[in-house]
Amino acid sequence: MDGGQALIRALENEGVDLLFGLPGGAILPVYDPLIDSSIRHVLVRHEQGAGHMASGYAHATGRPGVMMVTSGPGATNVVTALCDAHLDSVPMVCITGQVPVGAIGTDAFQECDTTGITMSVTKHNFLVTEAQDIPRVVKEAFHIATTGRPGPVLVDIPKDIVDPGNPASAMEWSDDIEMDLPGYDPDTGVDASDIATAADMIRSAERPVLYVGGGILKARAAEVLRQLAELTGIHVVTTLMARGAFPDSHDLCLGMPGMHGNFTAVTAMQEADLLVALGARFDDRVTGRLDGFAPDARVVHVDIDSAELGKVRRADVAIQGDCRVAIEALIADLQANGLGDADRGAWRSRISGWQERFPLAYEAWEPGQALKPQYVIERLRDLSPDDTIVASGVGQHQMWASQYWRFDHPYTWINSGGLGTMGYSIPAAIGAKAGMPDRTVWAVDGDGCFQMTAQELVTATVEGFPIKVALFNNSYLGMVRQWQEMFYDERYSEVFLSKDVPDYKMWAQSMGCEAMRVDDPDEIDDAITKANGIDDRPVVIDFRVMAEEKVYPMVPAGATNSDLVVPPSQADLSR
Amino acid sequence: MNVAGPDYRYHTLVVTVENKSGVLARVAGLFARRGFNIESLAVAPTDDDRFSRLTIVVDLESAPLEQVVKQLDKLVNVVEIRELHPGSAVERELMIVTVEAEPDRRDELVEQLDRAGGKVLSVGADRMMLSLVGPPKRIDEFEDLLRPFGIVELQRTGRVALPVLDEDA
Ligand SMILES: Cc1ncc(C[n+]2csc(CCOP(=O)(O)OP(=O)(O)O)c2C)c(N)n1
Ligand SMILES: [Mg+2]
Repeated sequence: MDGGQALIRALENEGVDLLFGLPGGAILPVYDPLIDSSIRHVLVRHEQGAGHMASGYAHATGRPGVMMVTSGPGATNVVTALCDAHLDSVPMVCITGQVPVGAIGTDAFQECDTTGITMSVTKHNFLVTEAQDIPRVVKEAFHIATTGRPGPVLVDIPKDIVDPGNPASAMEWSDDIEMDLPGYDPDTGVDASDIATAADMIRSAERPVLYVGGGILKARAAEVLRQLAELTGIHVVTTLMARGAFPDSHDLCLGMPGMHGNFTAVTAMQEADLLVALGARFDDRVTGRLDGFAPDARVVHVDIDSAELGKVRRADVAIQGDCRVAIEALIADLQANGLGDADRGAWRSRISGWQERFPLAYEAWEPGQALKPQYVIERLRDLSPDDTIVASGVGQHQMWASQYWRFDHPYTWINSGGLGTMGYSIPAAIGAKAGMPDRTVWAVDGDGCFQMTAQELVTATVEGFPIKVALFNNSYLGMVRQWQEMFYDERYSEVFLSKDVPDYKMWAQSMGCEAMRVDDPDEIDDAITKANGIDDRPVVIDFRVMAEEKVYPMVPAGATNSDLVVPPSQADLSR
Repeated sequence: MNVAGPDYRYHTLVVTVENKSGVLARVAGLFARRGFNIESLAVAPTDDDRFSRLTIVVDLESAPLEQVVKQLDKLVNVVEIRELHPGSAVERELMIVTVEAEPDRRDELVEQLDRAGGKVLSVGADRMMLSLVGPPKRIDEFEDLLRPFGIVELQRTGRVALPVLDEDA
């Protein structure tokens, strides 16, 4: 067997069914045995797209996303997607071609130092130099990507060891593949005495909040989280990475905290006497100015990655381990030793008071105005199936989608949280649709974002992934515009795009999509209903939304969460 | 500079890593990216050729030791990390140095060298090459002593360290 065949076989052995990629010189020999493989390859139009597709696939299915690209520019084009996955802990494996072993270091054609470049944006990477090592390294790559705190792993494969014309590619396949990772042993168990201390703190807390992050989804712990919340009656906030981990329609759900979180979620954390952080990492977008964050709260912090414990905020109890295991242990302790008798009546009524006075709010549409983006999200939400998967770009539209959608199921919200990568939504939606073909998948995209990765709609059409795109066309890099309006005296610098150039409808049609344009609020429902009825090709709706609309609430950069700016209509209410 | 000063600003980590290409780059890259400062770094093979040992002196003004250790530990190629508290480690460093040594100052120089326990490696017309092994602090002090003679070139290895033997070992 040669190295190229071994690589494909090793991928098959890992259960890979889909591979997102684009060939080129150095990876050519691997594309040949791919023809005879059970693995379906999705040919992307730009390698960044392959990376985000793998990410969307992984988010939606829980299985690692896999991509394959060539050396040099192919590899550099996936760097953004790798970094994105690294920051959001998405399990992915990326195979890159490399120049032959003997040419490495000579500045050969399409040579770049792929492992050097990607070292800090992957969980780990490998440069394989012998064909015989390929099966073992592939196995190690999948193991590392999917265990502990998940993340992207890159495997760089020089051409000569996969090229059947080269003697260096000869290898002997064995089914007996042993990993050799003496320094990798992710620990998932939790310390029993820490659990007992944490349970005591929960029992005695009068103002507790469960602060839930993306780790809950990675640990597939949504069900036990719900049990914990219902057992204890403690309210839950779900961060941008955890939307859907706890149902928005649940009485105990406070929604999203952070820079654009809703008033109640932000304020409950701020006023809490106990934060139970579950798979969350005290990101600066959640904490606001750190020295003013949740000043009275004691902290129980559970994370699979011990380096997160105490990194940003000191934890009173730091529990390293899998969130599901930890929550199950907490539940067991609370059931065995009681829930305590802390009086939370006053806390509950404060929370419901905030909810009444400070709901998410925007001003009603008036004739002559462009569409209200928040209203478009609400209509999308109400007219689409309950288990619709939403993949978002980055900007105002992302925040509105996270705020105004009602996420009642885990793995229905896919977005770029840590890196904030414009252009994420379309390829991520394609990856999600590829992994979950029976589900409705909406990409909620901005006009700026759309122009970064729209070419993947060609992939969607040609490969048969009928996603739907709600394009929030405000003719601006809206989120940046909002900052310039609020913090730079309305001095707008390089944020205007154009409503009409490109003509999004024609562009979408040219890529094989059904396309619509909506200017009038009365047309919104029909357009969405029509889009939801189309399942044989992608759909793009160009929603002409207001440029002046701002995302509220907002914690200005550098401010504490207590200085949350509410929408003008709520500004005079007492907090 | 007194590296192992009483404030224990510097801390020694003895890190066993897989002996694979690029591992040093991963460690150095991690320190650079996270803003951890390395005071000194020594790398050498171990008795097991699958592994190498790094002795890293970390400047704890740049980051808490716990973060440094945990981030290092996340590197897949890092097998083991031992923290050596300055009070409980035996630390050694080697210096070789070429100094100006006019014939009339040579006796004085050799006397200082003997007192410090160093060696003469070679002798030229006006210069001598010396070596000294010792705890970093002693090396610092000897370096200060040599300065008035005129240091031509100096090379230090960075420290290596092992924990103090307990009595029943
Ligand atoms: C690749 C990339 N470049 C720049 C930014 C900075 N940025 C954040 S949001 C944003 C505007 C996004 O515009 P658009 O897609 O139209 O969304 P809107 O905010 O208008 O809804 C920009 C430029 C980014 N996040 N990603
Ligand atoms: Mg826009």
